[in-house]
Amino acid sequence: MSLLHFIILLPFFAAIIIPYIYKKFNAKIHTGWFVVVIPLVILIHLALQIPNISTGDTILLSMPWIPSLGINFDIYVDGLALLFGLIISGIGTLVVFYSIFYMDKKREELHNFYVYLLLFMGAMLGLVVSDNVFVLYTLWELTSVSSFLLIAYWYERKKSRAGALKAMIITVFGGLAMLAGLILLTMITDTYSLREMFANVTLITESSLFIPAMVLILIGAFTKSAQYPFSIWLPDAMEAPTPISAYLHSATMVKAGIYLVARMTPIFGGNAAWFWMVGGIGVITLIYGSVRAVRQTDLKALLAFSTISQLGLIMSLLGVGSAALYFDIGDAQEIYAFAIFAALFHLFNHSTFKGALFMVVGIIDHETGTRDIRRLGGLMSIMPLTFTIALIGSLSMAGLPPFNGFLSKEMFFTGMLSASEISFFTLEELTILFPIIAWVASVFTFIYCLILLVRPFFGTFKPDKLPKEKIHEAPVGMLIPPAILGALVVLIFFFPNLLANYILKPALISVIPGMTMETVPFKITAWHGFQTELWMTIGVIVLGSILFVAIKKWNIAFRVYPDKLSLNYLYSNGIENLEQGSASFTNRYMTGSIRHYLLYIFVFIVLILGTALIVFDAITFDFSNNAYVTVYDIGILAAMVAATFTVLFTKNRITAIVALGAVGYLMVMLFVIFRAPDLAMTQMVVETATTVLFLLCFYHLPKLEKKIEKMKFKVTNLVVSLAVGVTMTVLTLVATGHQLFTPITTFFENAYELAGAKNIVNAILVDFRGFDTMLEIAVLLIAGIGVYTLVKLQHKGSDSDEAGTK
Amino acid sequence: MFEILMILSLIILTLAILLNIYRVIKGPSSADRVQALDSIGINLIAGIAIFSVYLDTHAFFELILLIGILSFVGTIAFARFIERGVVIERKR
Repeated sequence: MSLLHFIILLPFFAAIIIPYIYKKFNAKIHTGWFVVVIPLVILIHLALQIPNISTGDTILLSMPWIPSLGINFDIYVDGLALLFGLIISGIGTLVVFYSIFYMDKKREELHNFYVYLLLFMGAMLGLVVSDNVFVLYTLWELTSVSSFLLIAYWYERKKSRAGALKAMIITVFGGLAMLAGLILLTMITDTYSLREMFANVTLITESSLFIPAMVLILIGAFTKSAQYPFSIWLPDAMEAPTPISAYLHSATMVKAGIYLVARMTPIFGGNAAWFWMVGGIGVITLIYGSVRAVRQTDLKALLAFSTISQLGLIMSLLGVGSAALYFDIGDAQEIYAFAIFAALFHLFNHSTFKGALFMVVGIIDHETGTRDIRRLGGLMSIMPLTFTIALIGSLSMAGLPPFNGFLSKEMFFTGMLSASEISFFTLEELTILFPIIAWVASVFTFIYCLILLVRPFFGTFKPDKLPKEKIHEAPVGMLIPPAILGALVVLIFFFPNLLANYILKPALISVIPGMTMETVPFKITAWHGFQTELWMTIGVIVLGSILFVAIKKWNIAFRVYPDKLSLNYLYSNGIENLEQGSASFTNRYMTGSIRHYLLYIFVFIVLILGTALIVFDAITFDFSNNAYVTVYDIGILAAMVAATFTVLFTKNRITAIVALGAVGYLMVMLFVIFRAPDLAMTQMVVETATTVLFLLCFYHLPKLEKKIEKMKFKVTNLVVSLAVGVTMTVLTLVATGHQLFTPITTFFENAYELAGAKNIVNAILVDFRGFDTMLEIAVLLIAGIGVYTLVKLQHKGSDSDEAGTK
Repeated sequence: MFEILMILSLIILTLAILLNIYRVIKGPSSADRVQALDSIGINLIAGIAIFSVYLDTHAFFELILLIGILSFVGTIAFARFIERGVVIERKR
């Protein structure tokens, strides 16, 4: 275990200690102060790796976990992993700091909160640096589980539990699909290491499992990153405490899917199916999220849909950029690689401004007691600092200068325009839709960003509508983290190439193999002349402003859209139908009647044995070894058959018992004829005992239902019993006719020499195979004890009660 | 000659058993059936005895005694059941 391993696993170690610290110190010091150290340490340690990684180097460290299966916790740090690691630990530090002021130390169960949060942080960090696909999957699921715990942090609220459950079902569904996809990849390449998979890309692309593996992995990525149509869990996950929403559901966990897509691009990129799935779904999510966001009245729901939309944006850029890996692309590679570059840049930018916005919303919620934009207004003069941060965040999200969102939005348009020029994939005519949808989605993005900014902060202040009375600016501690993020937003606009050179370029070369630090040509500039992108941005601003002013006029149009077509309705309806369907299915065959279960068992036996006999063409009879049959054999058998039929057709139970006794006694005669004295004796004793027991039971039949009548005739019973009888008879006849090996009875005939016994049967029972006898004695013992306890240890009174009510 | 005699008597005993079975089936009362069962037991004793002579073996002699005892026990059990409704009475 290296230092880096220790650093990555640090959150897990801390999660063990936190409850003790909470118990000991929480009365005086907020537990968060202890927690905040951990992401800070990680952040510093990862930041120290930047000089190394930015030259194009990678770090590979191994730690055995299950070496016999080839599963090791291998850490592979390249540019992409470092980019994510920095986001996770950086935003993590800020979020923990923010939560110190957001979460009340007296009213909240902070140990739970921080343990879940640290678990999540560790899982997420491990996920992005893991080289082994199974470790990747394990941590992937751990993020799902810890997210589930965090969403339901206020578990006494029904909506929290519902949201957590929904998120869990959808992300775990995707996680399992991803596991299947990863297993397919390991089957193709025969390795668990991602790096070795990258080395064997041709093996994968030529495999017939290429498409299934791709689709399964993409389902995993799409569910985690809330892509259409799996996006429905994200708005419901907003029931979590706001620091969690800021951390998990905007900056880190939802980007795990983005990470996976970026990570898998070297394997699947350059393929038309990958391009259309990632790019297409990304664009659909982009427009879906931005249109839905405009409708929301809850600030967090608005931010949730905006997250969905922005994730779609990043996803679509990754899809377009995957064209750079098309095999004979030549000089055009740069154009598409630029899309990946834009994706990574926007990924970073989105983490900054969305984290800040969530924290702002948290402040508003914390200080006013509501997040409903219909009740908020005019907070600008009351909360000037919060307003400033909100301004920076939302204008950056809208894509205006001088904020980093402007840069990445311009690059996004560049990427989308280059997508429309793609001429080597199938359905290439459709690529023209990319820039159009992107532009429309940007207009909607602009609108909801304005809503986010204008509705709470401008207009008239409505103190009578707010739950809290004295509204004032948030404490400084709560403002510091969003302020840092807001400062980053502005700084990145002015010095984008610092970030690009040291972090984004190494990340890019790990997404596009074949590029090196020297050959990456990109430079981010805020101003590149009057180009199409700039006109598009101006168009967005103009149209967006017009639409925002007129929002009440066209907002009604949303009402036309039927609720029954919404994804949420489909989901909840689907779940309900699934439950009802399986319940009614189970009720249909699990009737509770033993008669039915026996019917299933017997039919199954007949079907299996019958088909086996017929399919393997096994029905051949061989009677040559049979002994001759005597007249008295036939006589005894005839008597037994007659007695058996009496049991079946009698109207009287006592007749049935007598007839059964007759069958048993005649059995004794058969044993005698076939020379088995011991069996005959045992049979005689057992038969008598059984008959007496039957008589005992007979007496205890309940009085009311005691109707002495004939057994009811049912056709199915007749058919099934006949079928069982015929099958077994045929099977026995077939089996006795085929003796493949000589029996081992000759060995037991040496009973006298080997065991000193003249009785072979007894020698076998107690000497050769004594073990069976011992266990049969045990069976008898258990049966005896069982009968004794059943008779003696009954609930006294309950029987008489039942008798009384009846 | 001796063997034929043995087999012949076995066959006759089997016939007797068959006739007893007829009585078990036909009834008409439970007592008839129990009697028939008892009679089957006796027939079995005879059959096994003849069979032992036929096979020239001692192996089945215990069985003969056992059937004698058990068919008696069984008949008694049935008799008590028919008469009193219980096989084993509780002592209070």
